[in-house]
Amino acid sequence: MKPAAFAYHRARDVDGATALLAELGADAKVLAGGQSLVPMMNFRLARPRHLVDIGRLHELNHITRDGSALRIGALTTHHTVETAGRQLGPEFEVLRAAMSWVGHTPIRALGTVGGSLAHADATAEWCLLAVLLDASVTVRGPCGSQRSIAAADLFLGFYTTTVEPDELITEVTFPRPAPRAALTEFAERHGDFATVAAAVDLDLDGDTVRGGRVALGGVAPVPVRARAAEEVLRRGEVASVDLFAECAAAAAAEIDPPDTPNGDAAYHRNLARDLIERACEEALAR
Amino acid sequence: MSTTAPHHTEPRFDRDGTWVGASVRRREDPRLLTGRGRFVDDIALPRMAHAQFVRSTVAAGTVTELDLTATRRTPGVIAAFSAVDLDLGDITAILERPAAEFVPTDMPVLARDRVRFVGEPLAIVIAEDPYAVEDGVEAARVTYDTAPAVVSADQALADSAPLVHDNAPNNTLLDVSLFATEGIDDVFAAADHVVHVEASSSRQNALPLETRGVVAAWDDRDEQLMVQTCTQVPHQVRTVLARCLGRDERTVRVLAPDMGGGFGQKCVVGREEIAAAAAALRLERPVKWIEDRRDALSAAFLAREQRYDARAAFDAEGHILALDADIVCDMGAYSCYPFSAGIEPLMASAEMPGVYRVPAYRVRGRAVTTNKAPSAPYRGVSRPQYVMVMERLFERASRELGLDPVEIRRRNVITTFPYTGVNAVTYDPGTYLESLNLCEQLVRDEGWYERKEQLADAGRILGIGYCCFNERTGYASDAFAKRKMTVVPGFDLSQVRMDPSGGIVVTSGTMNHGQSHETTFAQIVASRLGIDVARVKLQQGDTDRVSYGWGTFASRSVTIGGSAASLAADRLGAKLLHIGAHLLETQPDNVELHNGAVRQRDDHSRKLPFSEIATVAYLRADLLPKDTEPGLTAEASFDPAGDGTFANATHAVVVELHPGTGQVEILRYLCVEDCGVTINPQIVEGQCRGGIAQGIAGALFEQITYDSNGEPSCASFIDYKVPTAAEIPDVEIHHLETPCTLTESGAKGVGEGGTIGAPAAVLNAVNDALRPTGIELDATPITPQTVQRALEARP
Repeated sequence: MKPAAFAYHRARDVDGATALLAELGADAKVLAGGQSLVPMMNFRLARPRHLVDIGRLHELNHITRDGSALRIGALTTHHTVETAGRQLGPEFEVLRAAMSWVGHTPIRALGTVGGSLAHADATAEWCLLAVLLDASVTVRGPCGSQRSIAAADLFLGFYTTTVEPDELITEVTFPRPAPRAALTEFAERHGDFATVAAAVDLDLDGDTVRGGRVALGGVAPVPVRARAAEEVLRRGEVASVDLFAECAAAAAAEIDPPDTPNGDAAYHRNLARDLIERACEEALAR
Repeated sequence: MSTTAPHHTEPRFDRDGTWVGASVRRREDPRLLTGRGRFVDDIALPRMAHAQFVRSTVAAGTVTELDLTATRRTPGVIAAFSAVDLDLGDITAILERPAAEFVPTDMPVLARDRVRFVGEPLAIVIAEDPYAVEDGVEAARVTYDTAPAVVSADQALADSAPLVHDNAPNNTLLDVSLFATEGIDDVFAAADHVVHVEASSSRQNALPLETRGVVAAWDDRDEQLMVQTCTQVPHQVRTVLARCLGRDERTVRVLAPDMGGGFGQKCVVGREEIAAAAAALRLERPVKWIEDRRDALSAAFLAREQRYDARAAFDAEGHILALDADIVCDMGAYSCYPFSAGIEPLMASAEMPGVYRVPAYRVRGRAVTTNKAPSAPYRGVSRPQYVMVMERLFERASRELGLDPVEIRRRNVITTFPYTGVNAVTYDPGTYLESLNLCEQLVRDEGWYERKEQLADAGRILGIGYCCFNERTGYASDAFAKRKMTVVPGFDLSQVRMDPSGGIVVTSGTMNHGQSHETTFAQIVASRLGIDVARVKLQQGDTDRVSYGWGTFASRSVTIGGSAASLAADRLGAKLLHIGAHLLETQPDNVELHNGAVRQRDDHSRKLPFSEIATVAYLRADLLPKDTEPGLTAEASFDPAGDGTFANATHAVVVELHPGTGQVEILRYLCVEDCGVTINPQIVEGQCRGGIAQGIAGALFEQITYDSNGEPSCASFIDYKVPTAAEIPDVEIHHLETPCTLTESGAKGVGEGGTIGAPAAVLNAVNDALRPTGIELDATPITPQTVQRALEARP
């Protein structure tokens, strides 16, 4: 469990990082917190010839309120978010609360928001939150180019994104507050990748649910929105156990989860239903 | 017998004048907690090279080509050796049984042509650093003629199954019926009730936090191969090393430094440590091998994959009349040394009746061989499984008879001692009934029965489960001889030596790998000699410093090693008294050991500190009594009488099942244990808690599965779900104390009990919660999906 040989490069700024990525091509990988990449390298499942370490690009470590939006720098650690209650406020409490599901404290202390999005595990909290809250990801490319990718367009499949090899994720933007949102998961052990993760963002008008978003991880190669479940929320009914149960049932019916060592498709479906119900209750209680 | 709540007393000198019974702080902790311990991987020798293994990627077949050319050319690689290059003897464990009962397997250090499991070592690669060695391993080219893999006991026993070993028909390495009470079929036929349980447990890894590892180096001055390895059995490793290398044992020195656990996985001899030693000799350089976690999960010794087909007959009052069990243990590809593949089925067969008065008993125990990593003893060895089966049989009977599950146990546990069971084992006194009653009382007093009913009204699903069991500890030579082992552990040796300043060194053939021997042995010897515990230092894990010993396994250390140390301390004490009386010019019967001195009984003001006596013994031999040899060294051995001693406990578990996720949440865990005299209560509790954690791991979390090609499921902790602190509940421990008359300190072994009781208690609690569904689960681990599915059957 030692990595294959690689060349190490330290980027001095974002342009330097993208220049290195352009120069080194597909054989290069970006090293941020290293919490996913390094174990994969130790298993020799990943064998980058070059590592571009962006660990000192401090400009990518920030949490910024921008009008009603929130921007989080790619190099911000999970732990920083977890302890940024004041900056996030009740509007983005869901992000802070979700961090307790990310691995364990040592992982949260090193792992980064951008790294998690780039790694694109279908059960990762940041991927799920990005899809849930219609976030967009800012990437920088060669020669100072920059583009924005909507979360819906970011994830291609298992561990793959639409970020090009010479591009670097610099920031994720959550466009609007989500005061009544919640994320919950189930794994056999605390800190594991979730068997299924569910997140809900309710649009409430008093007691009435005017609409909302429902996202699931672990039921497809990428985190998905449960559109049929969202239809249920859009009916404008008063929040109730029955409404949430119906919403959850709709989600369970519309997904096509895989059999995994944790359980078969039916088990994943049941989990999705249970977790969405709970996420709805938690979101309502916020 | 006395009962005490959990307590953590500071060290006191006077507990009836002894250190025994005090929670003396662990001697090991300061260095271990500040990173100053010395584990194998902390050892670095000049010119040390690093080894890893080319391992089979197929479960069954023949190696048609093993090409190490590219490996040897890899930058940084020093050498690569295959079986042909090293020409080592095989590792073979033998039982003295006829071929119809036992088939030995030769486990080559490196596979020659036949491979029998994924992960089997084929070649050792040695390089300048741990990175280059993996490059070298990767560069090896192996081609196989792949054969169909045998991946389950069912498949192994099927007609026309491929043979894992050509000399083992039906893939059966052991097939023994130790007991078959005459007329047992009539008992079943006439019984009021017969209950049946088919139970199984999954393959597990004992999973010491520290993986296996070794540093081997030739020492010209000592003319010895020095092998520093994490092993529970240093002398056994020396024997096998010497045999495989064709050397005198004198020329091999095995040292075991600090160890991060073993749990049985390190009480057998590993192929890798032999290969690394052979490579060190060949290269005339120190060679280090540290097993990585991936290899540790898939290619180290595994355990526990068993299935039981068991029936029990009961009379109308719920008294058990007969037990009939067919036990099949999937032991993987080879017999482990020295215990053999018989270890699990023989343990289960010999001890299954447990704490119950079983009048008639028939058992068939089989070890089958499959294309999986081989099995070794794992904490509890079969007892977690057969106890689980016994407890399931009693639960089932309680339902059939409409009896309370605790009441049916009460009617059947052994209450008069000594008791000789149907399994020809004599049990020394224990507190089977008392622990059961106290445990139930604690559950009642905390209101769990009421809470379970109240919460049921709110739709919550709780269950309460018990497990009453014993644990045979201190296995004597006779006990292992009865199992027909050709190398018979049992006795142990200890030396107690006082230096000229009055300090004490104790050697023991046992091997601490986390059990706090440095603390408890010091307490035992300090108590015997009436000396400050801080002045006593234990030395273990060195075949040159320790004359001989069987190491640590089967909860033998305090019972056997501790007794040997007690006897040696007594002999030293007698010599101190003898010299002291002479120097005090009084009669030998007028002196006693007290507080680091020999003092006169009739005048406590007249005394000689040990340091003065020791000075005389070494530096002023002219002052010694004429009949006394100089020096202060005493040695003793101990081999328990009879069938050893039985520790016992009752565990109670309260669980809640979550229908949405299928999660089993443990709300309460109570343990009432009796390990005789507790040397150090805090350490006893640590052993209980750690054991219970491993038992819960087996009950709810851990399993290694194999696909149809024999590919193991677990490469990392993502797949092998060892529970963490977050999954293990608080455990409340209560002590009963039945002093053991067979051991010197009155202690019984306590190393394995927690692991033994937990699976049955958890399983019974889950089944209690599942009662409304009519579904009963008899297989571990109980996965969330299983529970969720069962709960769907709720009315």
